[in-house]
Amino acid sequence: MGLEEFALGESIVHRLDPRTKLLTALLFSTVVALNYSIAGSLIAGVFPVVMVGLTGIGWAKILRRMVIVNSFIAMIWMFLPFTVPGETIWSLGPLTVQWEGLVFALLITIKSNVILLTVITLLGTTPVFDLVHALSHMGVPERLIHVFFFCFRYVHVIHDEYLRLLKAMKIRGFRPATNLHTYRSYAYLVGMLLVKSFDRSQKILAAMKCRGFQGKFYILHHYNMRRSDYALAACSVAFAAIVLVIPL
Amino acid sequence: MIRLEGVSFSYGARRVLDHVDLALDKGDRVGLVGQNGSGKTTLCHIVMGLVKPDSGQVRVLGKMRTVEDDFAEIRGPVGFLFQDSDDQLFCPTVLEDVAFGPLNQGKSPDQAKQIVRQTLARLNLGGFEERLTYQLSGGEKRMVALATVLAMEPQVLLLDEPTSGLDEDTTERLVEVLTASDLTYLVVSHDTDFVARTCERVMELQGGKIREAS
Repeated sequence: MGLEEFALGESIVHRLDPRTKLLTALLFSTVVALNYSIAGSLIAGVFPVVMVGLTGIGWAKILRRMVIVNSFIAMIWMFLPFTVPGETIWSLGPLTVQWEGLVFALLITIKSNVILLTVITLLGTTPVFDLVHALSHMGVPERLIHVFFFCFRYVHVIHDEYLRLLKAMKIRGFRPATNLHTYRSYAYLVGMLLVKSFDRSQKILAAMKCRGFQGKFYILHHYNMRRSDYALAACSVAFAAIVLVIPL
Repeated sequence: MIRLEGVSFSYGARRVLDHVDLALDKGDRVGLVGQNGSGKTTLCHIVMGLVKPDSGQVRVLGKMRTVEDDFAEIRGPVGFLFQDSDDQLFCPTVLEDVAFGPLNQGKSPDQAKQIVRQTLARLNLGGFEERLTYQLSGGEKRMVALATVLAMEPQVLLLDEPTSGLDEDTTERLVEVLTASDLTYLVVSHDTDFVARTCERVMELQGGKIREAS
């Protein structure tokens, strides 16, 4: 799984302080999420688009990522234009399309994509361990950080285990179909994954205890704010302000 | 340094350890052989305090160990290499993982990095610092796992099936590292050749009892 495929790189965005990136992404996403004008959302989009340019990651790769999220947004288009009350612009029998619904769906689409792009360019370009460190520098509760970190670290292992089990099923002639046997087999697979993950978590905790773990993680890397960090912070605050002011 | 007296342990109705006595003194290099499921791993876990015996006494580094706090003291001075290195390595990079133990021992980040460099160099793993642990090969994982244990400067080492899944070259390196060290250690294995090459005394665990192997 290429969970960190954008994280390796040497661009100016990659080298930013993870704390700046986290805070900027948080501030910017909040402002975009709260904004209710299409013009404002489009202007906000300039910021992540420029950031994509700076990261040096090709658009093709980024768009491929965005397709997945947009497939969920497609659902919104299936319902909102028909259900939000307003001026009817088109009708087919009992189905009527309202102008307000279309605008609303468009707004949600733009906003989601702007936020998504911001997260990809700022957080996607940061190795997860750096994010974890940044979070702990920023005083986020340790427990939350541990949960986040272990989720990430073991998603690989659990995915590998899943693939291994799936292969084991296939070599014994398993072919998924729409029948009870398939459902039961998949249920066993998921059940086995849960049991194995639990088992593994116990072993990992034991291994950590053997190395003196007392419930606290120590931080090895420390970060320094550089000029580019202040520049990014300033840009994002300025952009956020513009986006806030536009609808007024 | 490690003394088990009359230790018993059962999984349900199956008794895997039956009044076992075991002594490991300074400088000892002991091999413990036995079939799968004979309780070798359980025995290690009891020494480390990961599993509580049903009865018997566990004496490690001169003190009786009964509760979790007693065992917390020995983790470090007694190092334990797990059978499955995937259980042992959990940080993204090798540097972070090897530094984990020293940091827990209260070393500063700079000291920890220094220890990591020395330990990796000692195991011929120089330059591995930034490698991702889950992308290492099986043999590399085992050597890095050993580094994570050695970085804590243990006086005694317990190795649980250290050669399982290793190729000849890595096994060879493991033999070199162990025989060249001045560590006291207990090797749990059914690789009789490896045990013969690294240990001076061999014990056998069978039917819940330990006896000197011939």
